[in-house]
Amino acid sequence: MTLQGTVHKYFDNVDTDVIIPARYLNSADPEELAKHCMEDIDADFVTKARPGDIIVARQNFGCGSSREHAPLAIKASGISLVIACSFARIFYRNALNIGLPILECPQADEISAGDQLRVDLEQGSIENLTQHRQYAAQPFPPFLRRIIEKGGLMEAIK
Amino acid sequence: MPMTMTQKILAAHAGLEEVRAGQLLEAELDIMLGNDVTTPVAINEFEKAGIPALCAPEKTAFVLDHFTPNKDIKSAEHCKQIRIFAKKHGVKHFFDVGRMGVEHAVLPEQGIVVPGDAVIGADSHTCTYGALGAFSTGVGSTDLAAALATGKAWFKVPSAIKVEVTGRFQPHVSGKDLVLELIGRIGVDGALYRSLEFCGEGIGNIPMDSRLAIANMAIECGAKNGIFPVDEITLAFVRGRAQRDWKVFAADEDALYDEVIRIDMNTLRPTVAFPHLPSNTRTVDDLERAGERIAVDQVVIGSCTNGRMEDLRIAAALLKGRKAAQGVRLIVIPATQQIYLDAMREGLLETFMEAGAAVSTPTCGPCLGGHMGILAQGERAVATTNRNFVGRMGHPESEVYLASPAVAAETAVNGYISQPKA
Repeated sequence: MTLQGTVHKYFDNVDTDVIIPARYLNSADPEELAKHCMEDIDADFVTKARPGDIIVARQNFGCGSSREHAPLAIKASGISLVIACSFARIFYRNALNIGLPILECPQADEISAGDQLRVDLEQGSIENLTQHRQYAAQPFPPFLRRIIEKGGLMEAIK
Repeated sequence: MPMTMTQKILAAHAGLEEVRAGQLLEAELDIMLGNDVTTPVAINEFEKAGIPALCAPEKTAFVLDHFTPNKDIKSAEHCKQIRIFAKKHGVKHFFDVGRMGVEHAVLPEQGIVVPGDAVIGADSHTCTYGALGAFSTGVGSTDLAAALATGKAWFKVPSAIKVEVTGRFQPHVSGKDLVLELIGRIGVDGALYRSLEFCGEGIGNIPMDSRLAIANMAIECGAKNGIFPVDEITLAFVRGRAQRDWKVFAADEDALYDEVIRIDMNTLRPTVAFPHLPSNTRTVDDLERAGERIAVDQVVIGSCTNGRMEDLRIAAALLKGRKAAQGVRLIVIPATQQIYLDAMREGLLETFMEAGAAVSTPTCGPCLGGHMGILAQGERAVATTNRNFVGRMGHPESEVYLASPAVAAETAVNGYISQPKA
């Protein structure tokens, strides 16, 4: 599966409280959550994000609360993929479980806001069309690939 | 192959003789937990998948604690959905308003989690039960839904950091200061994907409520779990309250650790995490030396980290006969109905109220900026809670400073961040 999109760039330790603030957790509706995605660190995200866009960040993306509302809000914002140097472990599980593609890539920091990326999810290869560079991401172990192929955890356990 | 304590518990729950770090396995669970924020999403997934019944209603716990007593119609609808589901499926451990508590205080207190358990909870602070010598970790709602259906969860076996503690707490220092010091040293991702295994001759000097506070914040340095050995203090705590038999696991003496961190409790000082990361720590000594007076608008004493009896006793001892400073809103939230009752019988609530505190029924409320103490733009709070991220307790331009009950109580009286003297 190949994805192409424009980058929204963030830094270290983007926590789930800023991805979707708790004041909006009285809703579990992804569309409703998407209206407030990232608003405490990037008030313009909701208006800027276009379907297919890609979020790129540095270390420990998604740290903090276990709220699955965070990857749900990102996915419902139209974001096709999150790339980070590393992910917090609960966010990592949640993203795979709900079918939001993520990639761990040590060079994520070299990618800038506004860059165009073309990504091959199976190969874990990332092509930066703006900077004319190529990066390799961590491919998933077969166990996790099965969850992704099934489209999420609930499908995989059926 | 020698194993860590966490690895042994995981191996036992996966029916394996031995496991090694990095291995993927499926473990049988003893308790599966959800709250009023995460459970509705799990129920939706469970029902969408067409699963007719819970795999193990007797191992299922739902606690309505975040937005309760319901703060608005939407949260009321979520709680109603959980209530109906719990009744339909015969959920054994269901805690509703008036009989509840903050989940990670109520489960150990009621003997629902016991040493040797493997536990998942759709709440990141599920790691709290490591204090009892259980493997417990936070997951999301879909993981909870799958566990409700199968009684199992998949894990990657973690490697571990050994945290060796020596000495004993000096006056006005407690588990909160220890864990803030640890997070300050290794950073918010310092233990990412790994276990924190606490050990050393100082362990016997750490009371259970402090252990619960320490294990609770393991997630704040990214750890999968934080775990304590089972000793006399653990057994004294579980005896008389455990609802099931427990099992004691211990790390092999030659178990492999990624690294060893040593903490001398004798040298720990009252510590505060500054905005906006739990790792952004300074001692109050530091502030005093620098002559920094950080004025606060609100002080919150409570939460799954520090809302237990030890915490309330420490705070009450400092507030006795004193008053919260003019302009400081002091909010005290006993973490469970039982603690609320015990604190009332001991006269602690009277002390708090005479000091000018608002004392509330158990709720997570202000900790996550849910309700019951939201901060306005530019306001500042000292809280005994566990996170100080941007916007955590309200307006994105408000600030949360994390501290122990002792520092919180003294700060309430003085109106600026301070520590008890002598």
